[in-house]
Parts: sequence; structure tokens; C-alpha cells
Amino acid sequence: MSSFVVDKDGNKRYAVTVNVNGSDYTKVVKANTLLVNFLREELDLIGTKRGCELGDCGCCTVMLDGKAVNACIVLALDCDGREVTTVEGIQDGEDLDIVQEKFIEHAAFQCGFCTPGMIVSSRALLNENTNPSEYEVREAIAGNLCRCTGYVNIVAAVLDAAENL
Amino acid sequence: MYLPDFEYYAPDSIAEACQLLSQLGEKAKVLAGGTDLMIKMKNEVLAPEVVVSVKNLDQLKKIEYVAGKGVSVGALCTHNDLVKCDVLKEKYSSVSNAARQMANNQVRNRGTIGGNISNAVPSADLPPIFIALNATVKLVGTKGERTVAMEDLFTGPGKTVLAQDELIAEVIIPDQKMTGSNYIKFGLRKSGALAVVGVAVAVQVENNVIKDARVALGAVAATPVRAKKAEDFLKGKTVSDEVLAEAGVIASGECKPISDIRASAEYRTDLVRIFTKRALRKAIDEGHV
Repeated sequence: MSSFVVDKDGNKRYAVTVNVNGSDYTKVVKANTLLVNFLREELDLIGTKRGCELGDCGCCTVMLDGKAVNACIVLALDCDGREVTTVEGIQDGEDLDIVQEKFIEHAAFQCGFCTPGMIVSSRALLNENTNPSEYEVREAIAGNLCRCTGYVNIVAAVLDAAENL
Repeated sequence: MYLPDFEYYAPDSIAEACQLLSQLGEKAKVLAGGTDLMIKMKNEVLAPEVVVSVKNLDQLKKIEYVAGKGVSVGALCTHNDLVKCDVLKEKYSSVSNAARQMANNQVRNRGTIGGNISNAVPSADLPPIFIALNATVKLVGTKGERTVAMEDLFTGPGKTVLAQDELIAEVIIPDQKMTGSNYIKFGLRKSGALAVVGVAVAVQVENNVIKDARVALGAVAATPVRAKKAEDFLKGKTVSDEVLAEAGVIASGECKPISDIRASAEYRTDLVRIFTKRALRKAIDEGHV
């Protein structure tokens, strides 16, 4: 059972420890704290975007224990003891990940708002499947909506990244 | 978009979870993957005072084959667990393929089969193929366990026979005489779309004669429904294009779809005719695909 304290407004606040991008963070949050807000507001990791906020657009995609999920419909408390990787955790120190490099090379973004989610979904795919078909790439990013409609270059970037892993 | 306030419990055992649900009654909602509940709470369709997260009930996250019983799929398996499961891919890839057509990758990584079933949305992708394979559902509550046929679980849109204190524990796909099964979904997009029509079939074919058949239809009635007249018609028939086409016509006469933003009732009825024929052909020619 989760441990909690009651704050001055009478709300229960619960302790939660989440490993984000390799480091453990313990915070005391209200039960209704969503993972996307935990990341943005508690940890200042604003690479994860808020888009539709209803689990449709994929802007808030992060990896939870290695799997792409929509952080806008996951409770922070449900992530207690688990590993979250955001777009900030995909690059290696100052070096961009190959997926990020290929997105730049292929001009795989226009306004850029869907890009963090696209990159996380693509990286999650390549972590499981180092030789995806075009169909598998399109399936992996089907939950990430790009309203500039730049999908052709995004798919090309992911396929090129796969060849250069 | 923030969620309203609620209290949160994460019980460590099924018994504790059922006890909590029994005590809290209508005030509580079960949270599994959250791909439905979180959205209904954001849209103010639901406002539970207490959310009971079942994330710690690890015993409900297994898929295994039990000799003499069948394939047991734990209720907290996600759709992608079904897609990637070797046991299912080997025995009933029709089930894996149905799971793969649900929503999108992020939702398949969170949404559980227990949630997909207990939400009782008429267009849900998994119930038709489970019904075609004669699957049962094990429910656990404070008074013990009971097993219900999947086709008897649904009582209306969003309604099931589950009591307030009951959880879906597992779905059991029994050992089959059926030689093939298939699910065809028609959505308005390849991904992230609800089924306009979903047709699942299972057939037992020997020496080109149909010994047994089950046809289950999704999104064309208040609950997933069987097309029993089409099933009866198929039994004993020699496989031919004409027989499968006639089965499609009969099935289309058995559904009661509504017209909505996605399709008219007439269109849905005609899709049932076509997809019943096609799903039967796939199941007959290719097995459990």
C-alpha cells in the first residue's frame, strides 16, 4: 500500500520514486499527478510535450520500462519503482542518438512539436527490432501524429538510423 | 488537462483488491492500463472518489498453456503482450493479430485485455475472436471465483455481468477442435481507429467438409453477438465459394447495427456479409491466422 501524508488542504499526497533517464527521483505528489506533468513540472523535463492529452496524438510519448507509452494517461504513482526514458534520456551526454542525427539529416520535422514523441517511439522500436521493415516503422509511429504531414521523411530517417545502428 | 482529485490504492493481492472494491462500492474504479479510465476521467464522464490500481497483481500478467485446460491469458496482459506471445503466435495467431489491430502502439503497450473486455465497448477488437474460440472468463470476487462464457459476459454497451467487487482474472481459450480462426477488422484508418465492423470466425474442417463453425460479430449490435443462423447453415456443408458467400448473406441478416458518425447501418450490414465470407475463407485455407 502506498504511503501518504495529508497536506494543508486536506489532500493526500503519496511518495513515489521513479527512475528517470537513469536517476532515481523521489517526490511526494497528489494521486491525480500524470506522468507527463510529473516530468515537466516536478523534474523540469519539458522535452516531453503535452498535445491532445487524451492518449491520441503521441506528443507525450516516453518509454516506461522500455515500452513506448502516452505519459498523458499514465499516473505518476503507477510508475513507482519503474524506469522512464524521455527524449532527454535518449541522447548520450552531449552526443545525439543516431535517430536524432538522422532526423536532422533527413529534415524529418517541420514545426517540431511531434518530434520528441516520434524520436522516443522510433528509438523504442529500434531497441527491440534492429532491422524493421517500412511497415513496422509506420506501425511503430502510427500513434504519433504529425500535423505538418512530414511522415515520408520521418520514415526515411528511422530506416536510415536502423541501417547505421 | 488535469485530472480531478481522488484517493489512490494499489493493493498487493487479488483478495485485497476485491475487498476494497466491495467496501468502496460505486465510489471506486479499477485502474489497469488507464487507456479508457484516464480519458473518461479527463472528459468528466467518470469521477471516482477512489482509484484502485491493480498494477501490483503480477499473477494476472502471465500467458501460459495448461494441458487439459487451454491457453490462459492473464487479465493484466497488455495487447502487445498478446502480439508478442510465442504461445499465442504458435496456437492462435488470430488472437495476436486481433490484438495488433487495436488502437496504436502506445495504447497497446498499456491497455490490458481485462480492460478491453470489461469496458464492454461494442466495437472492442478482442471479444469477437475470443467468442469465436469459445473462450471463458474467470472472475474473482469477495465470494470466490466463477467462470462465465465470454459471449455471456456482455449485457449492453459498457455493461457486463461483473459485480462491483469482481475483477476479471483470466481469459481461457480452451483446446480446440476448430482447425482455423480469423478476425477481420474494418476501421476508417489502419491505426488508431475503432472497428466499424469486426468479424471473427472459427471453423472445424475435415476432408473439405465444415463440421463446426462459430461466427462472432463486433460493432454491429449492443454487444458482440454470434451469427448462429450462419453457423447452423455452415455445419455439414462442403466448402465452396457459394457456401461461404451464402453464410455471409445469412450473417448480415442477423446483425442489428446502428448508424453513427463512422458508418451507416446499411454499410455495416453489407460489410458483415463481405467479411464473414473472407474470414471463413482465411480460416479454412490458412488455419488460426
